[in-house]
Amino acid sequence: MRATSRLTVLAILGAAGLAVLLAGCGTSPTQTQAPAAVEDRKPGADGGKPVETSPVKPIDVTGGPSGSALAPLKDPANILSKRSIYYDFDKFDVKDEFRGLVEAHAKYLRENPAARMLIQGNTDERGSREYNVGLGQRRSDGVKKMLVLLGARDNQVEAVSLGEEKPQDAGHNEAAWARNRRSDLLYAGEY
Amino acid sequence: MKRWLTLLCWMFLVAPPAARAQLSIEITGAGANRIPIAVAPFVGEAALGEGLTAVVRADLERSGLFRLLEVPPMSPAPTEASAVGYPEWRSRLADALVLGSVSARPDGRFEARFRLFDVVKQQPLGGIAYTLSREQARATAHRIADFVYEKLTGEKGVFSTRIAYVVKRPPNRYELQIADADGAGAETALASLEPIISPAWSPDGRRLAYVSFEAKKPVVYVHSLTDGKRYAVAHFRGSNSAPAWSPDGKTLAVVLSVDGGSQMFFINADGSGPRRRVTTSSSIDTEPRFSPDAQWLYFTSDRGGSPQVYRMPVAGGEPQRVTFDGSYNVTPRLSPDGKTLAYVTRNAGRFQVALLDLGNRQVQIITDSEQDESPSFAPNGRMILLATVLGGRGVLAAVSSDGRIRQRLPYSGGDVREPAWGPYID
Repeated sequence: MRATSRLTVLAILGAAGLAVLLAGCGTSPTQTQAPAAVEDRKPGADGGKPVETSPVKPIDVTGGPSGSALAPLKDPANILSKRSIYYDFDKFDVKDEFRGLVEAHAKYLRENPAARMLIQGNTDERGSREYNVGLGQRRSDGVKKMLVLLGARDNQVEAVSLGEEKPQDAGHNEAAWARNRRSDLLYAGEY
Repeated sequence: MKRWLTLLCWMFLVAPPAARAQLSIEITGAGANRIPIAVAPFVGEAALGEGLTAVVRADLERSGLFRLLEVPPMSPAPTEASAVGYPEWRSRLADALVLGSVSARPDGRFEARFRLFDVVKQQPLGGIAYTLSREQARATAHRIADFVYEKLTGEKGVFSTRIAYVVKRPPNRYELQIADADGAGAETALASLEPIISPAWSPDGRRLAYVSFEAKKPVVYVHSLTDGKRYAVAHFRGSNSAPAWSPDGKTLAVVLSVDGGSQMFFINADGSGPRRRVTTSSSIDTEPRFSPDAQWLYFTSDRGGSPQVYRMPVAGGEPQRVTFDGSYNVTPRLSPDGKTLAYVTRNAGRFQVALLDLGNRQVQIITDSEQDESPSFAPNGRMILLATVLGGRGVLAAVSSDGRIRQRLPYSGGDVREPAWGPYID
C-alpha cells in the first residue's frame, strides 16, 4: 500500500509540477519544493488511506518541443522522474544503487542537447555552514563528472551546493540526516 | 576637563523600528572586580519617551565589568550641573557616578547632557552634550555608555556598534537583520524565500557582503546599508560563497567552484576586474579571513584529511597548519589585535568555540553547549558573539574572551543564526 500511495503522491506532484510548467511561471520558489517532496519517504504521510486521483491528461499548449520532451522527466514510471541521490556519512561517491539513475539522466542529456541541468549538492546540518557548502559541492561535482563521462556535455550541467541550508527532512536525527545528504537533479524550467 | 560635543550626523538614519521583537540579554555569569557605579536618572528624560538612563545602565551591566548601584529618589534630583556630594555617593559605595539631564530645544529637538565623576578621587572625568531627535534616544544612550566604559576601563566601548544576523521564520522566510549591539532596534536589510548565510561587514561598517541562495545556488552580494542598493559581486558558474573583506575594504576573498572544487579567490569589492586564484588544491579551501595587518589569510581546509585551520601569506606562499588538536576545527576568526584566533572545534560530537593564543599556542574552549557556531569578535576584542541552539531554536549568545562572562540573547520569533559583529563607526 505504501508503494501505491507513494505513486499517487508522485502522480499528484507530477501533475502539479506540469500544471505549474504549463502556467509558465519560471521562478516561483514553491517549485523548488517539488523535487524534494517527490523523494519524501516518510511512511504514513497520507495517514494510511489510499488516495483516489482522477487521471490527469496533460495538455501541452506551449507549442514547442520542450513540453513533450519534459514529459518523461515527470512520468513517475520513468526513472528520469527520480531526482535525488543519497550518500553515506562523509561520503561523496555515487552508490551503486543510484548508478542507473545517473546513467538514465546522462542518456537523456545526450539525446536532448538543449536540455540544461542544475545539480544541487546537500549535506546534513552538522558542522560549519560554509564548510558544508564545500562538502555539498564535492557531491554535485561528483555527479556532474559521472554525467559528463557518460556523454553529457559540460555546458549542459551546472554543479552547485546548497550546503546544509535546504534539508529535505527537518529532523535532527540519523534518519533525517541520511535524507539530507543528497544531490538533487533539476532541469531548466524546474528551478 | 570639559568636552562638549554636538552630535549632528548619524550613520543610520532609517525608517522607524518595525516590530519590537528585540533580543534581550541574560547574564548567566559575571567577572570579579566589577566597578560599582551609580547612574542617577537623567532629569527631564521623560520627554524622550523611553529615556536614556535605563539603556545606559543596561549597557554597562551587560558588559560584566560594572555593578550598577541602586539610586534612591533625591530632592532636588541632581544633574550634571549640580554640586556633587561626593561623601554621600561614597557612602553608597560608588566608585563612579553619572549625572545627566535632558531638555527640549526650540527647534523641536532635545539636548542631553551628562557628566561622569570619579567618586573616590572626588573629581569630574568629563561629559558630553548631544543634540538629538526623539528617535535617537537609544543611540545617544549607547554613546554615553561608551564614554563611561572607555573612561573607566581604558578600552573603547562597543555599545554603539551594530550586529548583523539572519533570522529564519517558518516555513521559508529568511531575513538579514541589523540591530544595535544590545539587539534592540532591529531592521531588516534583506528578506528572501531562500537562505542567506555568511554576512560580513565592510571595514567602514557601511556595507555587508553575504551569500544569498535566491538564484537557487549560492551567490555573493555586496549590500549598501544606507541606501539599500546591492550588486552580485561573485556570480560565477557553480557556487560562490564565504566572503571576507580585506582590511582596506578593497578586496574580497571568496570561495568559488567555477574552476573546479571549492577554492579561494580574490576579487575587487566593487566587482571590477578579473578573479585572482589564491589556492590550488584538490581539497576544500574555504572560510577565508584576513589578519588585521593584512599579511595573512586564515582559512579552513581538509587538505590534511580532516578540516583544520591553515594560514598562508596574502602575497602568496605555502599554507601552514594552525590547529592540531582534534579532527574538526573550522571557521577561523581573528581578534581585532590579531593575537587570538577563535574557531569552532568538534569535541565528542559537540561543536564549541575555542580560542587559540597565537603567541603561546594555548587553546581554551570558551563555550559549553552542543551546536555553537559563527564566532565573531566585538571590535574591542573583549566579547565574542556566536550562534547556538537553545530549546531547539537558534539564538545568539555572547561570551567574554576570557570565558567568564556569558550572555544569551533570546529572540521572540524565528531561528537566529550567522551573527557578525560590526566595526566601530565614527
